[in-house]
Amino acid sequence: MIEFKDVGLVYPNGTEGLKKINVTINDGEFVVIVGLSGAGKSTFIRSINRLVTPTSGSLLVDNEDILKYRGSDMRKLRTKTGMIFQNYNLVKRSNVLKNVLAGRLGHTSTLRSIFNLHKKEDVGLAYESLQRVNIAEKIYNRADELSGGQQQRVSIARVLTQQPKYILADEPVASLDPPTSHQVMTYLKKINKEDNITTIVNLHFIDMAMEYADRIIGMRAGEVVFDGPVSEVSESTFEEIYGRSIREDDLRGGADES
Amino acid sequence: MKHYSLPPKPKNSAFKKIRNIGITILVVAMYVWTFLSINIDWGRAIERAANNFSRVIPRLFSPDWAATSDVAMSMLETVFIAFAGSLMAAVIAVPLAFLAARNMMGGVIASTIGKWILSAVRAFPDIILAILFVVAVGPNAFAGVLAIAIGSTGMLGKMFSEIIESIDMNVVEAMEASGANKLQILFYGVLPQITPEFLSYAIYRFEVDIRASSILGIVGAGGIGTMIIFASSNRNWNEMGTILLAIIIVVTIIDFASARIRRKIV
Amino acid sequence: MTNENNSVTTKKVPSIYPAKTKIQVTVIFFVVLGIYLFSMTWTQQQMVGGFSGAFQNVFQVIEKFFPPNTAVISAIWGPMVETIQMAIIATTVAAILTVPLALLAAQNVTTFKPLYYITRTFLNLLRTIPDLVLAVIFVGLFGIGLFPGILALIIFSLGILAKLISETIESVDMNPLEAMRASGGNVLQVIWYALIPQVLPQFTSLVLYVFEINIRASVVLGLVGAGGIGLILNQQLGFYNYPNAMMIIILIFVVVIVIEYISTKIREALL
Repeated sequence: MIEFKDVGLVYPNGTEGLKKINVTINDGEFVVIVGLSGAGKSTFIRSINRLVTPTSGSLLVDNEDILKYRGSDMRKLRTKTGMIFQNYNLVKRSNVLKNVLAGRLGHTSTLRSIFNLHKKEDVGLAYESLQRVNIAEKIYNRADELSGGQQQRVSIARVLTQQPKYILADEPVASLDPPTSHQVMTYLKKINKEDNITTIVNLHFIDMAMEYADRIIGMRAGEVVFDGPVSEVSESTFEEIYGRSIREDDLRGGADES
Repeated sequence: MKHYSLPPKPKNSAFKKIRNIGITILVVAMYVWTFLSINIDWGRAIERAANNFSRVIPRLFSPDWAATSDVAMSMLETVFIAFAGSLMAAVIAVPLAFLAARNMMGGVIASTIGKWILSAVRAFPDIILAILFVVAVGPNAFAGVLAIAIGSTGMLGKMFSEIIESIDMNVVEAMEASGANKLQILFYGVLPQITPEFLSYAIYRFEVDIRASSILGIVGAGGIGTMIIFASSNRNWNEMGTILLAIIIVVTIIDFASARIRRKIV
Repeated sequence: MTNENNSVTTKKVPSIYPAKTKIQVTVIFFVVLGIYLFSMTWTQQQMVGGFSGAFQNVFQVIEKFFPPNTAVISAIWGPMVETIQMAIIATTVAAILTVPLALLAAQNVTTFKPLYYITRTFLNLLRTIPDLVLAVIFVGLFGIGLFPGILALIIFSLGILAKLISETIESVDMNPLEAMRASGGNVLQVIWYALIPQVLPQFTSLVLYVFEINIRASVVLGLVGAGGIGLILNQQLGFYNYPNAMMIIILIFVVVIVIEYISTKIREALL
C-alpha cells in the first residue's frame, strides 16, 4: 500500500512540484495519472521510488515512511518498485539479455554483478520475462537494433525480472505510435492482473487512460484535482483536470487497429 | 523454488570466435613478452630514490626566486619560438591541406600524395626535428622555430584538409553554376566556410607548441629547455622549481586565453 | 552637383562587413604580424652568419647525415624494442589509473562539486608539464634508466587520457543510469552496467591514441637519460657520428609510422 500524507515538494529553484498530496493506493490497483505536462505527474511517480525527494509530509510504502530512507533502505525500496520510462532507458550498446538482467541488480551482490556471475535462476527468470512480452527471439540482439515498441517491451521484461511489488510507468507510450502504444499498455495491464502488481502509469492520453485504468487520478499544477474510479469519469472531468476543453491531440486513438 | 528454463546459448559465428581468441592471444602474448624482457633495475632505482628524495622534492617546491628574471627571459623566448613556429606552420599547412583534401585539387593521386607528405612529416617527433635543425643552423632559437614550424605543419595540414573535406559542396556547385571561376569560388565559397575553424586549430596548435618549445632547449634549440638541462646537470633543483613554475603558469595562461579566443571565433 | 550626388550614392552602398569588424581584423592582423617579425628577429639574433649563412650549412649537413649507416641496425634494434615496451607498460598503467580519475573529473558522475573541481584542476596541472621535463625530474630522482622514463610517460599520458575520457563520460546517455538506480542498483553496479558499456569503445580508442603519443614521446626520453633509443641517439650525436644518428632517426620514423598505421586501423574498426 502506498500512502501520500500531506506530501509537498519544492524544487531548489523555488517551483512547487507537489502541493499537499493526500492519496492512498491499494495493492493490486491499476492507477492512471493524467494531467498536462508540468502538472506534477512525473514528480508524483518519482517520489514513490525516491528518484526525487519530497520536502514535506510523509510517504508511506507498506507502512514505512520512505522519506526517512537512506542508502541501503533506499535500494531495498527501489528493488521492490520497478520503473518504466518514456525513452525506455536501455543501454543501447548492450544486448537485450544483459539489459534485462540489469533488473536483478538490486537482488545481486556487487561482486557477482561485476564479474557477470548471474545466478542460473536469474538468467532463467530474465528469459521467461522476455517470453512473456514476446520478444525472446531478440535475446542476443543489441538494444539499439530494436524498434521503439520492442525496446519498451524489453524494458517491461527488465521490470518483470526485478519481481517488484509496484510498477511505476512514466509516460511509457509517449514515444510510440498508436498500435504499439496499445500493445505496451495491454502488457502492463496483463502483468497487473496476472502477478497482482500494483501499477501506476502516467499518461496524457485521455482515451488510453479510460481504456486501461481501474482508477484515475487527475493532477493540475502540483495538486490532485480528481481521484476516482473510471466509472465516475466523464469528458467534463477531463476538462476540469486540463483546465480547458479536450482537443484532438489529447487522444491517442487507434484502439481498433491493434 | 520455481524452475526456469534457460535461454538458448548465443550463436556466435566461427569467424567471430576465432577472431576473439586470436585477439586475446595477441594481447596476452604482448604483455608476457613486455614484462618478461623489460629490464628495470628496481634495486638501484629504489636506492637512488631513497638517497635523492630529500634532495630533490623539497627543493622543487622552494623555487629559487633569484633566478626569476633569467627564467622569465627564457620563457619569453619559448613563447616567441612557439609563436613564430605556429604561424609559419599555419601558413605552410594551407596549400598542403588543399592538396591533400579529396574535394579540392581534384584527383585522388594529388590527395594521396598530399596525405603521405603530411603523415610523413607528422611521424617525426618535434625534438628529433630540432636535432636536425640544430645541426643545420646551429644551436639557437631559430632551430627551434624551424622544428616547431615543420612539426606543426604535419598536424595542422591534416586537420585543415579534414575541415576542407567536410565543407558544404552545394555552395561551391551553386557558384560554379553561376559562372564563377576557380579563384572566385575559393574566396567566396570555400574560404568563408573554413576560416573560423582554420584559425581555431592554428590557435590550438599554438597551445601545443608552447609545451613542445619549452623542451627544445634540451637539444640546444633555445628557450627554457636550455635552462632545464643546466639546472638538471648542476643538480640545481631550486632553479628547476622556478622553471617548472614558469612553465605551469605560462602554459595555463595561454591555454585559458586560447580557449577563450577559440570559443569566440567558432 | 553631380559630384555631390555621386558621393551620396557611394555612401549609401553598404559594405559587406561592418566598419568595426574591418578595423578589428586589420588591427589583429598587424599585431600578429608584429609579434611574428619580432619573434623572428629575436630567435635569429644568436645565429652566427645570419639566416643566409645558416642555410648554406643545410647542404653540408645533409652530406654529413647521408648515407645513413645501415650496419648499426642490429645494434640499435634492442633499445628500439625496449622503447616500445616502455610505451606499452606506461599506457597500460595510465589506462588503469585513469579510470577513477576520469570518473571523478566527470560532472555527471561526481555530483559533489568540490571533488570534481579538485580533480579537474589536478589534471589540468598535470597536462601543463611537458613529458621531457617530467623525465628530467624523475631521472634526477631515480637515476638514469627505464624506470624514470616509464614513470614520466605514465604521468604525462594520465593527464591527457583522464581528460579525454572524462569528456566521453560526460557525453553519455544518462537515462539508463537512472533506470538502474530506479531498480535498486548501487553506485558500482550502475557504473558497471550502464556507464561502462557506453564508454568502452571510446575508451579503447583513446587508450590506443595515447599509446601513439607515448611511442613518440618514448623515443626521445633517452635524450635526458630516461632509457630507450633516445639514449643511443644522444650518444651518437655527442660523438658527431651523424650517419649512425641518421639511421636511428630513420628507424624511429619507420616504427612510429607502422605503429600509428596499425593503431589507426584498429580504432577505425572499433568505432
